[in-house]
Amino acid sequence: MAVTLSLTVNGKAVNATVDPRTLLVELLRNQLGLTGTHVGCDTGQCGACTVHVDGRAVKSCNLLAAQANGAVVVTIEGLAAADGTMHPMQAAFKECHGLQCGFCTTGMVMSAIDLVNRHPKASEATIREELEGNLCRCTGYHNIVKAVAQGAAAMAK
Amino acid sequence: MYPFELHRPASIADAAALLAKTGGKALAGGQSLVAAMKLRLAQPGHVVDLSGLAELKGIRREGDAVSIGAMSRHADIASSDVVKGAIPALAALAEGIGDRQVRNVGTIGGSLANNDPAADWPAAVLGLNATVHTNKRKVPADEYFRGMYETALADDEIIVSVSFPVPKKAAYAKFPNPASRFALVGVFVALSGPGVRVAVTGAASSVFRCKPLEDALARSFTAAAAKAVKVDAAGLNADLHGSPAYRAHLVSVMAARAVTSAG
Repeated sequence: MAVTLSLTVNGKAVNATVDPRTLLVELLRNQLGLTGTHVGCDTGQCGACTVHVDGRAVKSCNLLAAQANGAVVVTIEGLAAADGTMHPMQAAFKECHGLQCGFCTTGMVMSAIDLVNRHPKASEATIREELEGNLCRCTGYHNIVKAVAQGAAAMAK
Repeated sequence: MYPFELHRPASIADAAALLAKTGGKALAGGQSLVAAMKLRLAQPGHVVDLSGLAELKGIRREGDAVSIGAMSRHADIASSDVVKGAIPALAALAEGIGDRQVRNVGTIGGSLANNDPAADWPAAVLGLNATVHTNKRKVPADEYFRGMYETALADDEIIVSVSFPVPKKAAYAKFPNPASRFALVGVFVALSGPGVRVAVTGAASSVFRCKPLEDALARSFTAAAAKAVKVDAAGLNADLHGSPAYRAHLVSVMAARAVTSAG
């Protein structure tokens, strides 16, 4: 039997009817067309599917859509300003070239913002530790860590 | 994932009645259950979502104990001033579970109901001689853990909270598997009025108390005393990550590290 959900996604009220086994990432990508959130490993390890639920970074492939009922969800599409100006963390990833293929990037950015919200002046060690749940198979993380530090400084302004 | 029916009860009584009637599974944070259902390792026909139950939330100091609601997320426990003030070892353990995204969703009650042989919370519950409060009764830690993924919980029994007595000293030391970050061996050491308790996770099919280490640390609560104990390898896990002898050695080493960090 289908379940009905109401939640807020990127500032907009969403009402959806889903099969109970629908994952949050499936609701976002398939029903709402928000394909910026990626499915990497699909086993809750790589973090490519990271979005914010009530301000906290979570893996949307390891959460039923029904678990986000009533929640405020923000995806990568919800970060930029209305005029298209990128979020400081997105801009930092671009400027520092904190990516190669880009597949993990949206999850990295969402985790990085949660990280900076809790540790506004995070050290390099803290950044590396906090990104444990996000895997990048291209970069060796060096430019990602640089981007997060630069993004943190920009977010503080 | 196989199809299932989802129930969203508003009270513990309704949730228990649904579990009894349907034979379904309770859903807390789902960081193990949802993953297991995706892999079809678990295939419940009914899932009872506990997230609407206010009685399962909240962290409080209650006399000589800290009471943690079953639906408290690892991240909430790690950052709780009550927990950090009374039993800092619990906050540190919570901060070391999985990764940030998992800690933001996974709950202490879910972890204890699942009783993964390499989970961290069982070591704290057994090490601190905590009491598991359910909708039916209070279960002492020594009677709660029954084996691999097995607990004393009945099918329609729901963990409401866990009550941890405040120890004099306590610490948890984990040797994480470098890939999964689950405990290859994790040791929780606690010194309190009634004595010393040492609980080991990751090393066997379920969390267990290590009597030789408890006796040695009761005589001398020092890292050297822990390190000198030769733990019996019989019955410990053997897999590609480590032999029973390797794990037995790690138990003493991690106990020594825990004693050092307990101060």
